[in-house]
Amino acid sequence: MRAETIERQVARAAWLFLAPALLLIGLFFFLPAAAALVLSLTDFDIYALADIGNARVVGASNYARLIDHPLFWTALKNTFYFALGCGPLTVLVALVAALLVNAPLTRSRTFFRTAYFVPFVTTLVAVAIVWRYLYHKNYGLLNYTLGAFGIEPVDWLGDPTWAMPAIILMAVWKNFGYYMLIFIAGLQAIPRELYEAAELDGASAWRRFLHVTLPQLGPSLVFVGVVVMIGYFQLFAEPYVMTQGGPLKSTTSLVLLMYEEGFRWWRMGFAAAIAFVLFVIILIWTLIQRRLEPKAA
Amino acid sequence: MQVKHPRQSVMIRGKRFRHCDGSSLRSSVAICGSIGLLAIYAACGRAEGAGEVTLRFWAMGAEGEQVAKLVPQFERENPGIRVRVQQIPWTAAHEKLLTAHVGKSTPDVAQLGNTWIPEFEALGALRSLGALIAQSTIVRPEGFFPGIWATNIVDDTVYGIPWYVDTRVLFYRKDLLARAGWREMPTTWADWRRAMEDIKRTVGNDRWAIFLPTNEWAQPAILGMQAGSPLLKDGGRWGAFSDPEFLRAFEFYLGLYRDGLAPVYGNTDIANVFQEFERGLFVFYITGPWNIGEFGRRLPAELQDDWATAPLPGPTGPASGLSTAGGSSLVLFEESEHPAEAWELIEFLSRPDIQVRFYQETGDLPARVESWQDTVLSRNDKALAFRQQLERVKPVPLVPEIELIMAKLIDYSEQSIRGGVPPAEAMRRLDDEVNHILEKRRWILERRMARAAP
Repeated sequence: MRAETIERQVARAAWLFLAPALLLIGLFFFLPAAAALVLSLTDFDIYALADIGNARVVGASNYARLIDHPLFWTALKNTFYFALGCGPLTVLVALVAALLVNAPLTRSRTFFRTAYFVPFVTTLVAVAIVWRYLYHKNYGLLNYTLGAFGIEPVDWLGDPTWAMPAIILMAVWKNFGYYMLIFIAGLQAIPRELYEAAELDGASAWRRFLHVTLPQLGPSLVFVGVVVMIGYFQLFAEPYVMTQGGPLKSTTSLVLLMYEEGFRWWRMGFAAAIAFVLFVIILIWTLIQRRLEPKAA
Repeated sequence: MQVKHPRQSVMIRGKRFRHCDGSSLRSSVAICGSIGLLAIYAACGRAEGAGEVTLRFWAMGAEGEQVAKLVPQFERENPGIRVRVQQIPWTAAHEKLLTAHVGKSTPDVAQLGNTWIPEFEALGALRSLGALIAQSTIVRPEGFFPGIWATNIVDDTVYGIPWYVDTRVLFYRKDLLARAGWREMPTTWADWRRAMEDIKRTVGNDRWAIFLPTNEWAQPAILGMQAGSPLLKDGGRWGAFSDPEFLRAFEFYLGLYRDGLAPVYGNTDIANVFQEFERGLFVFYITGPWNIGEFGRRLPAELQDDWATAPLPGPTGPASGLSTAGGSSLVLFEESEHPAEAWELIEFLSRPDIQVRFYQETGDLPARVESWQDTVLSRNDKALAFRQQLERVKPVPLVPEIELIMAKLIDYSEQSIRGGVPPAEAMRRLDDEVNHILEKRRWILERRMARAAP
């Protein structure tokens, strides 16, 4: 009897402690998410904004329209292209940079650490302006350099084939510094004794990397992998400032499409449907990733 | 990689507060919870001083920059009214205005592209101006170009006062045209096309006859209207892009890219259009009045006699050379707390003397006919083409969806220009999409008709 009361009191205390967080999450996450789900079942648009009586419940037809909509598939393809191209590349570059910066032989580490991190904290719009010049077909540094090797100038942001690779390159440069820091932290947490033991056993540098560094970095790798992919599936700002989704929609991502439908044309119902599809994609992807990496702590 | 919403000022109980940084607000909210919200609002806001009215005026692009120079005179003439001009870039203007309307933080007065008026009227964002015009000694309908005045009327009610007119004419290099053997600017499509072929032969591979940005809708829309297409048919209920009239114009337009007369460039692919015009990268450029001033300022003095403007050629000669009845109007927002003061500002900006000064600053052409009698304007031979073109202007269909439809026109033309989709197929796809977009409008119109019927 007494034990039960205590248990009840503990439970009550637990709820009380949780209440503020739950309230905030409920108010600022679940409520809007639920509202968005309801919205995605209507054709809410500018007419409905003027008079709510102009909104119609259309059931799943926004989703059906989405499947019919060629632009949705283009955006989906672009989003996967970007995420799958840029994600692994970012992780790889971040890892290599971390290893280099962390190597005992490297001089002026602080300088490099800062230099690599600076792009991440620089405003994207400023970065985009500089990169637009780098990518310029006639006056860009990139084409100038390639020209020295006899390569014809490429219209980086104007050619549908090259626009996405150009965005990927910029995004890798912009973002790898942050993940590099996480890797550095991971590297520094690896006990030195492991390396010493491996060295005594005669393991080569490559073997040491493969069998000591990588497994020890496991948790950092999983974390970075998940966060990178979640971020990249929500690709928006880079194409928004660099190409506005063009040329030929080759850099239109799902979020950019959603933004345009929702905030430019105010077709909120349709935009909400896109948001939900994206939510489901990210959810499934994260679950798959967790499956593939069972070492996740 | 978050969606950034435009910053908006915050309204509490009708008092308007200064801007509050959204991101700091968000993080603060997370810490303090919703109870702290009001305190934060109050902390970062400052109510406006008593007795003095501050008008918020949104102006776009170059106009936003230049109109600020006229404001001091208005403030001198109207003590007690202050005007805060906010410059909005054109590319973000539409979504900012929509978001502001939803967030109930629209300005008092704004410059509005006249194709947007039906949309904002449908939203109920605009104040009808009929009563104010009736009492005004400055703003009189007959003082404006009729084609332009008409773009401000929705269902017989006036919602905007034309500020400046924007139509498109041809800017061209006289010297390069003459070198190709053409002394006069051609006036029919067939001659124009021949002139472009001759130019291409004289300028060579890396130069072109005409710069038609692939991401601007005005050019294909104008050519379509010239060929007799209404763009939308049956009272703006269905798309008319796959009909023969528009297709004919679209083939002409597409041919310019296909045959190497126009580079496949968007307007962001050319970093400095003035420099390239000077270097002769292209001879023809279809653009608007603001560029009279820009070309005058930015091109070197020795080139000033070598460029000119001309009304657009038409399929069968000058009479068919239509152009758009564009431009911006000044509107009053329904949410404005100072409509009387805001109307004073609109009247001020509509005065012929102010319109001429504004023209001198921006090169934007006055919407009032009287302003054209001023010597500054009548002396300018480069503005003459606009005066002639204004006699032959036609608005794009006045439906709220027009902005979206024109964006789709760009998308589907680019499919043909860059992606090699056959023109008839691209326009059929465009009509499919346009008809879907207009479904809501058809439903609204039918419901309205059913209600009107007994």
